[in-house]
Amino acid sequence: MLRATLKSLLARKLRLVLSGLAVVLGVMFVSGTFVLTDTLNRTFDSLFSDVYSATDVSVSAKPKVEVSEFEGEQVAAPLPAAAIDKIKSQAGVRAAVGRIDVDGARVIGSDGKVLTSMGPPRLGANWTGVDAVMDMREGRGPEAPGEIAVNATTAELAGYRIGDSVPVLTQQPKREFTLVGIWGYSGDRDSIGGTQEVAFTTPVAQELMLGEKDVFTSVTVEAADGVSPAQLRDQLAPALGADYVVKTGDDLAEDSSASIKEGLGFFNQILLGFAGIALFVGIFIILNTFSIVVAQRTRELALLRAIGASRRQVINSVLVEAVVVGLIASVLGLAAGVGAGAGLASLFSSLGGGGLDLAPVGVPPAAIISSFLVGLVVTVVAAVMPALRASRIAPVAAMQDVATPDRPLTRISVAGTVVTAAGAAALGVGLFTDAGDADLWLIFGGVLVTFVGVALLTPLISRPVVSLLGRLFSWSVPGRLGRLNSGRNPRRTAITAAALMVGIALVTGVTVVMDSAKSSLKTEAASILKSQIMISGDQNGPRPPTFDPAVIQKTDQIPGVRAAAAMYNDLVAVGGDQEYVTATEDLAILGQAYGTTAATLRDDQIAVSGPQATDSGWQVGSTVTIQASRGEQHTYTVSSIFAENTLPGSIIMPGAAIKDFGITQPTFGFVRLDDGVPVSAVLPQVKALLADSPEVSATDQETWVNAQAAQFDQIITMIQILLGLAILIAVLGVINTLALSVLERTRELGLLRAVGLGRAQTMRMVTVEAVVISVFGALLGVAVGAGMGSAVARALEDDGISQIVLPWGRMGTYLGLAALVGVVAAVAPAIRAARLNILNAIAHD
Amino acid sequence: MAATNAGGPVAARADEIWKVYGSGEAQVVALRGVSAEFGRGRFTAIMGPSGSGKSTLMHCLAGLDTVDKGTAHIGGTEISKLGDKALTRLRRDRIGFIFQQFNLLPTLSAAENIKLPLDIAGRKPDPAWWDTVIDTVGLRDRLGHRPSQLSGGQQQRVACARALIGRPDVIFADEPTGNLDSRSGAEVLSFLRDSVREHDQTIVMVTHDPVAASYADRVVFLADGAIVDELANPTPETVLDTMKRLDKHTDPVML
Ligand SMILES: Nc1ncnc2c1ncn2[C@@H]1O[C@H](COP(=O)(O)OP(=O)(O)OP(=O)(O)O)[C@@H](O)[C@H]1O
Ligand SMILES: [Mg+2]
Repeated sequence: MLRATLKSLLARKLRLVLSGLAVVLGVMFVSGTFVLTDTLNRTFDSLFSDVYSATDVSVSAKPKVEVSEFEGEQVAAPLPAAAIDKIKSQAGVRAAVGRIDVDGARVIGSDGKVLTSMGPPRLGANWTGVDAVMDMREGRGPEAPGEIAVNATTAELAGYRIGDSVPVLTQQPKREFTLVGIWGYSGDRDSIGGTQEVAFTTPVAQELMLGEKDVFTSVTVEAADGVSPAQLRDQLAPALGADYVVKTGDDLAEDSSASIKEGLGFFNQILLGFAGIALFVGIFIILNTFSIVVAQRTRELALLRAIGASRRQVINSVLVEAVVVGLIASVLGLAAGVGAGAGLASLFSSLGGGGLDLAPVGVPPAAIISSFLVGLVVTVVAAVMPALRASRIAPVAAMQDVATPDRPLTRISVAGTVVTAAGAAALGVGLFTDAGDADLWLIFGGVLVTFVGVALLTPLISRPVVSLLGRLFSWSVPGRLGRLNSGRNPRRTAITAAALMVGIALVTGVTVVMDSAKSSLKTEAASILKSQIMISGDQNGPRPPTFDPAVIQKTDQIPGVRAAAAMYNDLVAVGGDQEYVTATEDLAILGQAYGTTAATLRDDQIAVSGPQATDSGWQVGSTVTIQASRGEQHTYTVSSIFAENTLPGSIIMPGAAIKDFGITQPTFGFVRLDDGVPVSAVLPQVKALLADSPEVSATDQETWVNAQAAQFDQIITMIQILLGLAILIAVLGVINTLALSVLERTRELGLLRAVGLGRAQTMRMVTVEAVVISVFGALLGVAVGAGMGSAVARALEDDGISQIVLPWGRMGTYLGLAALVGVVAAVAPAIRAARLNILNAIAHD
Repeated sequence: MAATNAGGPVAARADEIWKVYGSGEAQVVALRGVSAEFGRGRFTAIMGPSGSGKSTLMHCLAGLDTVDKGTAHIGGTEISKLGDKALTRLRRDRIGFIFQQFNLLPTLSAAENIKLPLDIAGRKPDPAWWDTVIDTVGLRDRLGHRPSQLSGGQQQRVACARALIGRPDVIFADEPTGNLDSRSGAEVLSFLRDSVREHDQTIVMVTHDPVAASYADRVVFLADGAIVDELANPTPETVLDTMKRLDKHTDPVML
């Protein structure tokens, strides 16, 4: 008797461990996110205070267009050399040095490939000597126009030594320099934070990085003895006027890390969102476990009630268990989260080139508080329903057999219908009406509520679907028994399947949206885009890849080419708004190359797309004042309004505007051939012209469109990874349910084994049950996801999703994977079932 | 004392079977060198006080449990040497079971429960035999019902039908009427006896009930892990007498 009691207690413990694991994983995700962002925040704090440690005060010109870290790169306005003299003449200034520091100096390595960067900038600078934190490793600074020095990181990545000839891409086409020096930083560092740096002589830096003589991006000012940086800043600012920004080194460090932190904060929220999904799934699992525990304790609880325990006491007895599980899971989750956060942080730094000196991993209060909050709330919320059910157990149940009563599904199904309808309604309102900021919450809430509603409906759906699914396996006795078992407890099967549904539905939904976008893009490209050859490159850092504009002129000369046009981009200020604009030398040619008729723009004209004109309230003849990244602002007249997507971009500026762009080289090229000229006759020649622009390549239209479409696949992959944990938790649920089935049906298993069911057959029976449950969950997920995805895609019609595509192939894959998941989840319970000692099993109660 | 089957062919045989549970202080010798033969086409009852080793002996004979010493045979097969696969096949094809309770799978109908061993083996029931069995147990109108819709006696009859349907070499029944009232018990017992008399089945049944034992052709008495007596053509009275005699004999030993 004692043995039996201990055994069943242990069995329950195992189950609590399994469902506790669901909470542990969710909490790990949450606390890991906080630990990761905290570590990175402190890393960047120390990085930037390092970068600016040698700077007392820095003066720069007020930027023309304010850009946050989020939107792109801040283009510094040029600061005239005359300003340096003015600064030098101020009181409290010991020295002032004009500096040029612009992202976009891309070294072509000894292997002929451009050095890439996943985050840190690739700075082109002027050589101003060795400062306090620098240390010259080899050679000297550049003295002649043909010389450069690079930091040790760049030298190592590119594989160059002193004396080598180094090709560099800048705002100008490729140029070769002789490497005369390599420097590092104090503390034996090759760079600060993995930044690649190339130093030219000042005039060369001005020409290549700024495109103007005698200008700088900033002036570093050294304070005279007895003057603090803050004092100097406060003196300089009024003296220089509102066109200049004066900051101390500390200010700059703070600003830089603040803007990075903004980006990290966003990243943090996304991760927390996925952690939330994982926890949501965890709730299902825990709910299931506690329901089962209560069902198993029915007699015990009824006895308690019979001898006078109050309902409240019964509820408490369940909730206390939940609190204990929640607390333990929180502690473990927090610990695992610290590990995961540390791991991810080091992954992050190695992805960024390994140059980032990670701050020591710490445990921020947010991680601790959220871990306990989340762990407890999730567990207790999940246990409330089972606890209430426990309190409704009648005392007479103590005297009755513990058959699991087959309660009718009417109430739960009606509730499910209502909740699903409410969720779908919220989703619909969020997607299709304009409720401002509430939209996102409506969509988010709608999705969650819909999931809960479908989960409530699942027991009802499970009967026909599970029996239909099970038919697939009914050809063998174990298969038929497995099918029957999976239909035995519709609620439990339903919750287990619903947990899996959530992850699969989200993945499917995203896949539907992405595939719809992809195929819309392809259709559109096929119907509008007439260019047969595209010139472009993959952007994998903040700066888009660019190429030499001369390539376009030379391409135009190739026989068989009808038109070739380049496209330039900039982020500009229009009134108070920021807009992404396109420019081209001659719009008429771009039109020809792209496949539409357009007139050449005069220097004071712009063309805008229909939706842009509607949004901004412009008509033909409206005047628009635009401030590009550099130069003065100009006023333009809208000369024409073109149909959406018939030209690349929504605001097209004339060629004269390009010189004021942050990046003055083209990012895209479109080439259209004369009728009847095969692509293969021209493509190799265009490729040859791009030899000096290795960041980009020329491709035929189909390859290009496919490459664009591939970006959507990347998003899908990312979402799949992020939802992986939610799906893993659902798998734990399947294992949990099966382990329980095996335990509950011990006697049956014994009987089956006694009348001749073999071990392998027993395992097959358990596996079929698992596969049926998993595939059922996946089927629900695929259906719900396809519905939600279609709704979202439809709502995005205005944003270019012109058709809805259901990814049958991928949906099939998800179902197949679910079947596999079932098989995997069944392994342990199946082995346990097969190993049962027949006699013990028969005697089991 | 060894219980031998007077002449005739043997369906199951125990040779000097020893079975010991646990070790050291907690050691229990459940069977101490039991030898017995169970004749083909005979209905044998095993009786004895609680804890005397009846179930253990049956389990060892049926290949549900291993023996520590000695051998068990089903027909000509020595089962103490078989692995799990062969044992499973043996149970499926050559042995039938009736347990005291929980004999049926709740998800299957009565008919499906009856067919279960054949289904597992991938065999079809012989239609004539099927009809005979169903009619003998008198369940024709209940075949589509689930176990939960049947009375305890009906459930046991379904279990009997299941044991019979594969025409096993031996049917082992461990207190098949232990949970039934006397009328349902009598139905099941006469059904078992009929299947021996009319269909030449072999049945070994463990029971506590002298009346149940009187349905058998022969009763073997077990006490403290050893066979202590046996009785041919028992009646309730002779069984009761024997039990009383043995009780007196073994009481001091039990204490
Ligand atoms: N799994 C086991 N572990 C330890 N001891 C066991 C085990 N199974 C049986 N025994 C012991 O072996 C002896 C014989 O048990 P068995 O179940 O065969 O008795 P029984 O004659 O069938 O009794 P009952 O009439 O009560 O069913 C008993 O003393 C019992 O305690
Ligand atoms: Mg027994």
